[in-house]
Amino acid sequence: MKWLTAERLRLLVPALSLVVLLAAVFYLQPRTMSYTGLNLLFNLAVPIALATIAQMLIMTVNDLDLSMGTFVSFVACVTATFLQTDPLTGALILVGCIAVYAGLGVIIHLRNLPSIVVTLGMSFVWSGLAVLLLPAPGGVAPDWIRWLMTSKPPLVPMAIVASVLIAVIAHFLVMRSAFGVVIRGVGGNERSVARAGWSVVRARAATYALAGFFAVLSGICLVGLTTSADANIALRYTLLSIAGVILGGGEFVGGRVSPIGAVIGALTLTLAASFLSFLKIPPDWQIGAQGAILIIVLALRLILNRRESVEKAK
Amino acid sequence: MNQRPQDVPVIAVDGASKSFGAVRALDGVGFAVRPGECVGLVGHNGAGKSTLVGIINGGLKPDAGAISLDGLDATGHYSIGEARSHGVRCVFQELSLCPNLTVTENTRITHASLKGFGWRRRAEALIRAKLDEIFPGHGIDCRTAISTLTIAERQMVEIATAFSETDSKVKLVILDEPTSSLDASLAGQLLAYVRRFVSGGGAVVLISHILGEILSTADRVVVMKDGKVVGERAAKEFSIEGLVAAMGSVVRARDANRPARDVSGLAPVLEQRAHTRAEAIDFVAYPGEIIGLAGLGGHGQTRTLVSLFMGQGGDWIPRHDSKVAFVAGDRHVDGNLPLWSILKNMTITLLPDLTRAGLVDDRQEGAIGKSWRDRIEIRTENLGNPILSLSGGNQQKVLFARALATRAPVVLMDDPMRGVDIGTKQEVYHMLRVEADKGRTFVWYSTEMDEVCQCDRVYVFREGRIVAELRGQEVTEERVLAASFAEKAA
Repeated sequence: MKWLTAERLRLLVPALSLVVLLAAVFYLQPRTMSYTGLNLLFNLAVPIALATIAQMLIMTVNDLDLSMGTFVSFVACVTATFLQTDPLTGALILVGCIAVYAGLGVIIHLRNLPSIVVTLGMSFVWSGLAVLLLPAPGGVAPDWIRWLMTSKPPLVPMAIVASVLIAVIAHFLVMRSAFGVVIRGVGGNERSVARAGWSVVRARAATYALAGFFAVLSGICLVGLTTSADANIALRYTLLSIAGVILGGGEFVGGRVSPIGAVIGALTLTLAASFLSFLKIPPDWQIGAQGAILIIVLALRLILNRRESVEKAK
Repeated sequence: MNQRPQDVPVIAVDGASKSFGAVRALDGVGFAVRPGECVGLVGHNGAGKSTLVGIINGGLKPDAGAISLDGLDATGHYSIGEARSHGVRCVFQELSLCPNLTVTENTRITHASLKGFGWRRRAEALIRAKLDEIFPGHGIDCRTAISTLTIAERQMVEIATAFSETDSKVKLVILDEPTSSLDASLAGQLLAYVRRFVSGGGAVVLISHILGEILSTADRVVVMKDGKVVGERAAKEFSIEGLVAAMGSVVRARDANRPARDVSGLAPVLEQRAHTRAEAIDFVAYPGEIIGLAGLGGHGQTRTLVSLFMGQGGDWIPRHDSKVAFVAGDRHVDGNLPLWSILKNMTITLLPDLTRAGLVDDRQEGAIGKSWRDRIEIRTENLGNPILSLSGGNQQKVLFARALATRAPVVLMDDPMRGVDIGTKQEVYHMLRVEADKGRTFVWYSTEMDEVCQCDRVYVFREGRIVAELRGQEVTEERVLAASFAEKAA
């Protein structure tokens, strides 16, 4: 089984669970097996996938971002207000946000702070700013993003096209490019990267900035789907994005990540919610059931990993 | 002064000194490597080899002394970056590849110039060519992740990465125990390549515990001891016996003259069968013995101590009457509870004995603390002070008290006297002897020859197994050294 490398095995479990879940949904509700059906199923997965990629980048350098949800909410508020009324100011605010993310990376590295603490603190800052912008739900999505998110490409629905595009771009950036090798190297063995003459601060700052960029895209896309924003619109994204990365075969430490897996993980999580609705499970139980799906998939991966390491030891 | 180019050293350090706290790791060392030569560097634990390597590769700054590159002074501004751009590469004993990346991607980490379109193809060609050159028929797929390779394959990749060159030429490669995880034929391929590299004008510093390798490959051998260079001659003027003698100390008085203990009729308190494929000696401990675990650092001593400790019970059920107590070596990592007081640090292993109805008996705890403070002279006014208010030596004494205050008949010690001042050491040696005479057994891993020579019986480790057992008067520096170094690869 030479073709079944560790990397491919890592992708196999999330891909299979997505297929199984999709088959179950099709069986329960055959009408989802259509252009509109698929679009509705996966619509909300697009911003989640972007947030998951952002989280994955942070996890590549062995950190964790607990402010993802509030940050995406804040970006959504900016998009529905400034970016709509005064595009230039709006764009400047968003660029500033990316710069703040890069700065966070620098501070976390130089002061040797736990990223969890810093981003937890930042989550209150983003949340506060979002409430200042939109104390009550409101705002209007800019027309162009509304157009983009509701456009209907031929044959394949927008949600699928966008997911594939996100996966391919992130895969190229993180897994194929020379830059991606360095940031994964920082996650794998920071000391050896530094010994080889690289600036780890710069690598971390660039990673954080890129994560900030993907998170900004996530907020914009979300508003494109919902047409208006709210300060608490994306609070679930913090945990969803972490779960998506792990579900997609990534790991908390060691620079072992998979962008394609992360997108698949985000799709699986979104699909799990619909699956449970089709099963007519009462909403009170859905979150618990979603957790159960997560545990099953992770257990499956653990078993496969263990088998792999046993085979290696032989 | 006109010198021929091959006489100008690639790198030369002169009068280099370096101290880590109370320990003087390097004491005025002069060392130079010229193009076209392979220098063998030998010495026992703590001789200063690693510190010297650290200074040569720019990772450590010497406290005093000069460094020159190609005859030009570089003192003060020498760094890892400068070493790299000057063509100094290092293969470390502990592997320094990124395990999550592929072989090709690791090559990219080492060579910043491999970028832009098609870097993957160029990197793969570079590393594959080098692997083919050094280890013909290696069978390593450059697209697999390092974590899926065997230890030997990782070592091969690491070596090939160090010798591969892109924009800057490789002038000097430091190989620290490069053959430790290679089998004999791979080691032979590597050493043959080192000779080819050297005859092409490159320079190599070779560190190895296999003396036959040093003698056959190096042109010149430098022997270090206690942070100084104690011998430097052409390799052909040395023999294996000569090298071992040179590494030993001149002062013979250190060798213990204790008669071997009579252990017949005693039941062993602790046993561990050797379960390696290669020939090895079983571990046995009798009551009242001080047993030394010797050999070069990292050859399986700590692993043995940990497995002896773990073998005494599961992780789930707390042990009330454990047979063994453990004294940690690296007190910052696995010894101290840094936020706790001295007393709390001392009594943590005793808590089951001090507990009444689920609560800790403060008065008894205090009494035990006081009695141990007096017995081993921990210098503090108040046991309620934080542990970090003590000096390093006194902190270590608290860790000893933690183990000695238990009823455990066996105390395992993982090189606990590292970086402790000589006065404290003498006090601890005395205390150990007193406790051993009362019937306690000590299993003592030490990297210092003085301490090893205090033991009743010594097991010498090499490559993860016990290769020699010395008792009583056999415990001499010379015999420990001879057993620590192999004549040829196993």
